[in-house]
Parts: sequence; structure tokens; C-alpha cells
Amino acid sequence: MSENLAPIERVSIVISKGSLEGVYPGLIMANGARMEGIEATVFFTFFGLDAIMKKRHNKLKVATVGNPAMHMPTLLGALPGMSAFATAMMKKEMEKIDIPPVGEFLEMIHDAGAGIYACKATVEMFHLSMADFVPQVDEIINVGKFYELSAGAQIIFT
Amino acid sequence: MPVREIAGVQVDFDDEGFMTNPDQWNEDIAKVLAEEEGISELTEGHWKVINFIREDFKEKGQPPTIRRMNKVGGIPTKDLYEWFPKGPAKKAARIAGLGKPQGCV
Repeated sequence: MSENLAPIERVSIVISKGSLEGVYPGLIMANGARMEGIEATVFFTFFGLDAIMKKRHNKLKVATVGNPAMHMPTLLGALPGMSAFATAMMKKEMEKIDIPPVGEFLEMIHDAGAGIYACKATVEMFHLSMADFVPQVDEIINVGKFYELSAGAQIIFT
Repeated sequence: MPVREIAGVQVDFDDEGFMTNPDQWNEDIAKVLAEEEGISELTEGHWKVINFIREDFKEKGQPPTIRRMNKVGGIPTKDLYEWFPKGPAKKAARIAGLGKPQGCV
């Protein structure tokens, strides 16, 4: 391997999307980091906040419209139930390879020692508070604090 | 393929230091591998993990994920990270005499 390159020691992962396919990559990367002994911080912002909301985190959906890689005509993707169907299919496949539902994944990532944070600006914009979030959320922080917490880390925006 | 003599047994390893033949494994080998991973003493908790991993491997043919260790093996994720710091799934699999876990979770 690349012996001369410094290994990654810390990552800061921003999750800004609220679709199922927008949330999982960040969660898998955060969990994967901890599995490799890399420190991880996860920062949820904008629609990404849905992933840490008590009432919404297990209802995230796959977007079936506006995504050419779904290989589905836009009008077909817009039919009622299409998104629910695609979501159910994807969840089934994920379960097969032991990828947990979002709520359980957050618990796992938090138990693994990663910090989980919500973006203050979005929280204010959507009129939310800590009471709306799952207990794994450590704190609501502003962007300045995000950079502080990210000292020495690679920042990954998803 | 490197071969090392540990506790009087000839043990086969791959290039990343994982054993290639789980049948060569014994508890003395586990202790030596644990020390190489920075774990000076294997406690009851460590053994619970190691034994579960080996049992599960017999059934599934691959080392379990962290989720499986939790759900099926009853090992809390927090404890796992505490007992095997800096890479629990990989470290525990190596000490248990199995190959490197290949999954993403």
C-alpha cells in the first residue's frame, strides 16, 4: 500500500440531503471510519435533518423522479406509490447486507464514538429543537463550531 | 504466504497478517495476536467476542459484522469499541484467527 502517505485520522461528514439515497452514503462512511479507527463527526444540515428527526428518520424515501440512474421514465416515477415501492426494495436489499435502518444506524455510529450534530441555522429555519431529534444528537451547533470540531479532519460533503 | 511459529504451532498468514487457516488457531495464538494488536490481556469480554466470532464463522463462513455481533451475539457496540479500540471488527477477527472482514458495515 501507500506507506509514505499519512493515514486519515479524522473525518467530518456533512449530510445535507433528506432522501434515503442522500443519507445512507454519509452514514456508511461515518460508520466505516469508526470501524477503521478513524475519528468521525457527522453534521446534519438542511433536509439532511430529516434523518435525525424522531418522527421522520425511519420514513425516508428514495427519490424516483429526477434521477436518471433510476432508469425509470420521469412520469412513471411520479406515479403514486412508486417512491414507496423503490424504497421498500432498497431497504430489503440493504437488510440483506446487514445495513441497518437509519435509527439503528445512528445508534450504532454514536455507540462507536462518533459525534452527531444538527445545524443551528436549519434548526432555526424549520423551527425545531432538541426535542424533535433522536437522543443520539449531541448538540445543535453553528457553522463556526462545526469547523472547530473539524480541526485536523477531512471534510466530506454529501 | 508467511508462515510463523506461534506457541509451537506452524501458523499460515496472509500478507496483511490475518490467519488463513482457522483450524490452526488456539487460545495461545489468540493471546499472541492480541498482544500484537495492543491488547495485553484478554478479558472475559474479549473472549465472549472471540468465541462468538468463531461460532458465527462456522455457520456463515465469514466474520460477523458489528451489527451482527450486537444483534445475534448480544455484544454492545460501545463495549466492542472499548475492548478492541481502533478497528474492532478487523482486530477481533484477526485475534479469532479468521480472515479480514470484507463488508462495508
